[in-house]
Amino acid sequence: MANIRLSNISKRFGNTDVLNGIDLDINDREFVTLVGPSGCGKSTLLRILAGLESADTGTVSIDDTDVTRIRPADRNLSMVFQSYALYPHLSVAQNMLTPLKLRDLSFPQRLPLIGPLLAKTEYKTLYQQIKNTAQILKIENLLDRKPGQLSGGQRQRAALGRAMVRDPLAFLMDEPLSNLDAALRVHMRSELTQLHQRLRATFVYVTHDQSEALTMSDKMAVMMKGKILQYGPPDEVYHNPQTIDVARFIGSPAINIIPGSTDETGCVSLFGKSLETHVSYPHSTLHIGLRPEHLSLSENNGNSFPGIIRHIENLGSDLFYHLETEGMSQRIVVRSSQSEGKRLPLGSLTYFKAQKNKLLIFGESGNRLTVKSQKLAEVA
Amino acid sequence: MSNFDTSQRIFRFSSSEAIKHVILIFGALIVLLPFYVMLSYSLKAPAEIMQNTGGFFGTQEPFRDDYCIKLGNAVADCMVTPWIYNYQTAFEKAPLLRYLLNGILVTFSIFFIQVVIALPCAYALAKLRFWGRETVFALVLFCLLIPVHAIALPLYIMLAKLGLTNSYAALVIPWTISVFGIFLMRQFFMTIPDDLIDAARMDGMSEYSIIWNVMLPSAIPALMAFAIFSVVAHWNDYFWPRIVITGNRDLFTPPLGLREFKGDADGDNFGPMMATAVVIVTPLLVAFALAQKRFIDGITLSGMK
Repeated sequence: MANIRLSNISKRFGNTDVLNGIDLDINDREFVTLVGPSGCGKSTLLRILAGLESADTGTVSIDDTDVTRIRPADRNLSMVFQSYALYPHLSVAQNMLTPLKLRDLSFPQRLPLIGPLLAKTEYKTLYQQIKNTAQILKIENLLDRKPGQLSGGQRQRAALGRAMVRDPLAFLMDEPLSNLDAALRVHMRSELTQLHQRLRATFVYVTHDQSEALTMSDKMAVMMKGKILQYGPPDEVYHNPQTIDVARFIGSPAINIIPGSTDETGCVSLFGKSLETHVSYPHSTLHIGLRPEHLSLSENNGNSFPGIIRHIENLGSDLFYHLETEGMSQRIVVRSSQSEGKRLPLGSLTYFKAQKNKLLIFGESGNRLTVKSQKLAEVA
Repeated sequence: MSNFDTSQRIFRFSSSEAIKHVILIFGALIVLLPFYVMLSYSLKAPAEIMQNTGGFFGTQEPFRDDYCIKLGNAVADCMVTPWIYNYQTAFEKAPLLRYLLNGILVTFSIFFIQVVIALPCAYALAKLRFWGRETVFALVLFCLLIPVHAIALPLYIMLAKLGLTNSYAALVIPWTISVFGIFLMRQFFMTIPDDLIDAARMDGMSEYSIIWNVMLPSAIPALMAFAIFSVVAHWNDYFWPRIVITGNRDLFTPPLGLREFKGDADGDNFGPMMATAVVIVTPLLVAFALAQKRFIDGITLSGMK
């Protein structure tokens, strides 16, 4: 098992900077997710870690050994691809045998027909390994099938099997679930997490889906434009985003960003109402982030804000009201649980309030501002 | 009821379809006519061929083989059935089996070496990033435009200087690099996902190992199409063997075998000549019939005519 350290990784394709001085430490047995919108460089970073791509600058080290110049196979990592990339002409068992054969057998032993005769015992142990892995993944009955005869989920397992069978230092996964249908994807998420606990191996997982990152990982690295914006446990990233971009990317429905301002004392006001929260930047414009679950519908009183219901998103357990407010082109999304009274009709005027202690305040440049003092009573 | 409806739709007469088929059938007849004549002549006696009588099969009445009588045999021993005579002569007068064997040896060596060279080239052009790749590919396309006949003389001179004329090498070497093969395989390799190659690299395969163990098995349909192009072209080639094989009849390929019956002292002997032609053409027709579906797949996948 392995610690992985990426330091100062940069990569250019032509004139575009894909990665910009990335530093990332991954501890042994951690499940780390690289998450970001498409084109942020997360797959490139994973490929550099795998050795499939070379970085322009920087080093990759595994267990304190520099592997920057070592070819992919010798890094003892294994990778699961989005398209599964199983060899189409080989059965599942042969697909799983390939990496073992290449690692453990000599050239004559790998030859077809003669090889298995030369190295009977070796082949026997290899097949035993395949069987054990297949047992864990519950694909023993699929071993003789070709990838073309498998469903998406089965191919996914076969690809996992090929990655697991040689007991690598770490698993690299490049959006392995994005070709599956929604229900299976959710199911595989929990299976992958269980697999991670069972194997006690290091996982590096690339995805553009923030919910996968939140549900599965021990730590997540939010990447944008070739940089890691924030690296930490999912809870930390969700509740305490360091920049406005991270706040916008993580969370579904997306966070509400509302323009605000401060007066001469640094007191923050929203829609012209003071929130009794202070930051150390007087007289500036701010962005205030409020997640839908920290907003709720309320009575019309001094501390609530008006909005007209333009759209209702029904998720079964929750209702999300999309409200149009004065002076904002973007609609504000407010969560309300189904049990919370009657459903309001479209086009009606309503009021909403915010939990003040959940305010995320960002400066004009998008960096998070620390709250200096706050009166902790909820705006009500 | 619904069955009735569909059948009506299927068998409905359409004049535009009918005209298309008439034209196509007419075209097919024109193309097939020489084959009909070839097959028919290979079965008939010389007199019937000259007088154009006897229909397709001829009457198959025994006729007198003059050559046999010249050798001093009795007339009764020299009466032969036309189709047996034609095919027997084809194999006896010319060592047709030897020619067929030469043909197989040459066409398969050419194809084998073409694949050995074209696959790595195509792989590099399709999947590896290197400086000047586009230029190299442009050169490949450019080479597609050079007609063989234009470079035949320089090629012949080079082979002659190396002392390689009248050898199997002369028949094989000029064709070992097939730009068409490189182009066709490159187009096919472009469609193979990069992930598959990366997976192979992660598994520890070398680049050559990827070519033979991953790319080759996935490229079987394209390779079949290329095989047919290559084998047909070199099996039927008359031009190049005629140039480089000048003396040694043991090296003749099947098309050269046809010459055995041409311009002899006792005149052209069309029966055995056409019998030889039938024997030469048959293996290709059989191969085509077996591989027809793959052939069409291969051509459509490459998007070429």
